[in-house]
Amino acid sequence: MGYRKVAVVGAGITKFVRRAQETGPEMSYLASKMALDQAGMKLKDVEMITMGSAPDAFDGVHMKGEYLLSGAGGNNKQYIRNFVGGGTGVFAPVHGWMHVASGACDVCLVVCSEKMSTIYPHPAGAFLTIFDHTTEQPLKPTLIWIFALEMRRYMETYGISKADIARVAVKNKNNALDHPSAQVAEVVTIEDVLNSEVLAEPVNRLDISPASDGAAAILLVSEDVAKRLTDKPVWIDGVGWNLDTAYWATKDLCYPRYVEKAARMAYDMAGIKEPHKEIQVAEPYDPFDYKELHHMEGLLLCARGDAARLTAEGYTARTGNLPVCPSGGALGVGNPISATGLMKVIELFLQLRGEAGARQVPGNPRVGVAQAWGDLMQVGTVIVLRS
Amino acid sequence: MNERVAIIGIGVTGFTSVSPALSFKELTYSAAVKAYAEAGLHPREIDSFVTASEDFMEGYSIFDEYVPDQMGAVMRPVHTVTADFLQAFGIGCMMINTGMFRTIAVQAHSKASNVKTLNDVKSFALDPVYLRTLKENAEFIAGLEMRRFIDESGNTEEQCARVVVKNRKSALLNPQAAHGADLTVDDVLSSRPISTPLKHLDAAAPCDGSIMVVLAAEKEAKALCKNPVWVKGFAWFSGQGNVWCRNMAEADYARLASQKACRMAGITNLSKEIDFVEVCDEYSYKELQHLEALGIARKGEAGFLTETGETSIQGALPVNASGGSLGMGHAFEASGGMKVNEAVTQLRHQAGARQVKNARTGLVQSWRGIPTATGSVAILSNG
Repeated sequence: MGYRKVAVVGAGITKFVRRAQETGPEMSYLASKMALDQAGMKLKDVEMITMGSAPDAFDGVHMKGEYLLSGAGGNNKQYIRNFVGGGTGVFAPVHGWMHVASGACDVCLVVCSEKMSTIYPHPAGAFLTIFDHTTEQPLKPTLIWIFALEMRRYMETYGISKADIARVAVKNKNNALDHPSAQVAEVVTIEDVLNSEVLAEPVNRLDISPASDGAAAILLVSEDVAKRLTDKPVWIDGVGWNLDTAYWATKDLCYPRYVEKAARMAYDMAGIKEPHKEIQVAEPYDPFDYKELHHMEGLLLCARGDAARLTAEGYTARTGNLPVCPSGGALGVGNPISATGLMKVIELFLQLRGEAGARQVPGNPRVGVAQAWGDLMQVGTVIVLRS
Repeated sequence: MNERVAIIGIGVTGFTSVSPALSFKELTYSAAVKAYAEAGLHPREIDSFVTASEDFMEGYSIFDEYVPDQMGAVMRPVHTVTADFLQAFGIGCMMINTGMFRTIAVQAHSKASNVKTLNDVKSFALDPVYLRTLKENAEFIAGLEMRRFIDESGNTEEQCARVVVKNRKSALLNPQAAHGADLTVDDVLSSRPISTPLKHLDAAAPCDGSIMVVLAAEKEAKALCKNPVWVKGFAWFSGQGNVWCRNMAEADYARLASQKACRMAGITNLSKEIDFVEVCDEYSYKELQHLEALGIARKGEAGFLTETGETSIQGALPVNASGGSLGMGHAFEASGGMKVNEAVTQLRHQAGARQVKNARTGLVQSWRGIPTATGSVAILSNG
């Protein structure tokens, strides 16, 4: 027995900012309202809701899903919060896909909200307690510390320089100039990135996405409803997710195998045999600039160790053969963790409908992939959309 | 529903007030091993995994990191919901209904004994602007709800106390229950107040334990399992999210979830068509409130049914024969799993001294606890 086809018919996204005036529930409301308005639907038409949000520690609220419920329209509805750490933003639409594909409902609202500014003095503090309390916390690692290890390993394995990696930050921050939600869009040079302050060698400040507040929402519907609502539905063609071991220190950090497994799951479902040829626009997760390269390889969009060369050759520019993060990504638009993932899915939705405005990639793309990543270098979530 | 879904294996470790010999990983592992053994499946043969957990209860910022290893789910499609076990269970059924997954493992655990400041964690669930500024112990909400429920429904404080007496007595017959006791109504009424009219013995004590359930689509269930327990209907619902806007007298979430689950199961007369019920009784009044919201008792009658023994193990419709949360302990995110565990035991006719005669269909219900208005219902059957 096959699953039902699921379409994206509406999307909404707030501005990504360092410190929003709105609370989490209020941001959820704004994004949800935009998504419903775009689709021409009302909250009463929504049967089920799935909320994606990263750790409770950001908001400092236990059972954060319940806290965000009213803002996301969950009163007197079937509402649930899904959670796979940093991978949540792309997993949330996958969760919504389950709701509609299974026949549990015809209309599912997917909301992702993140308010990182409530944690004082800096959201990085939320990550001090992600580590194993016996084997790791005594070493007092920080998030940037472990990604510095991963970045170093990636550079050493493939002989990639910091300048090669900095090109990603330059490209994405520049792409984000055209995104109305963008927080840190700017024209920077490779030298700017290399000369920004060192946070944990080899990671500099401009290698990293900022802390952000923001929310995003999309509306998923079944085939019948989609045909009634729009002549430009975008279909969810493949979904995949994968979780690796929590013992991150025991694996080779040069390649994200879990992203590959998640990608293969999604590609198999979508009937994609040669992703590097068939995918026309990609939105891999780029909280750090090297992660975009890492994830392009994990998503099988290029050979291992080849992503930096392709970036240098302009292959991944908005006008290149394979536009990567035409939105501006986490590095340019900002990184309210779960909302970032959904922002990427929304970017594909707009690109595949030809509605991305100044960000539109040429050639009428029909197939795109978005991906998010998180936990202890551990989770990959992948979605393939087709128009 | 599409293809039918069945429980083909269940593994339980617990339930105890403390578990000093086992970490949460070991608790999870031991329950998982039992569940896979019962299902006759290696974890590599499970298509996907769903777990339920909350960061603050675990003391980790991104707890879903620590989920896969002890379930044998490394490098597999695993996801977490921050919800009760029974909601994760519903998601598992839904995933099988997509047709893309044939077998799903659903897991939740409680290591409440690790939490030094449980009341503070509960307070962190309050809205930071409207409620936390009151600087009240979060259980004041349960006190308000109990008062409102008693006033509106006509049930009495004594009848709530009888729920405690009944459930803790039933727990004496359950080897998995840590809080079995022979109490009197006076014992409950004279226990120290938490938030009047809620008293110490009206509230379930925290417990540790872990549960895993293996779900399978009909074809696999029939091939693998001699005594599958079929999922006839399931639903989760939230009522009004904001505490200050809520009708505290009634459990809207339970009413809505019951209606949907019954529709799925084709049940029109709930109290006649089911043989036993396991409802959330984290607080005594909740059992009565839930029975009325589910449509099992008429408004104001649940206390009377308790008084007359209708809801005891020997009664016409046994409620919480396991001892419920009052008798077994409150396992937070795993609470709904304790209810499923009892239903499976009853439907396999393995409940020993507390066996409900001719049990064929049961209803299980869970609630997420204060300050939420979120709960789930599943209807399970052995035929």
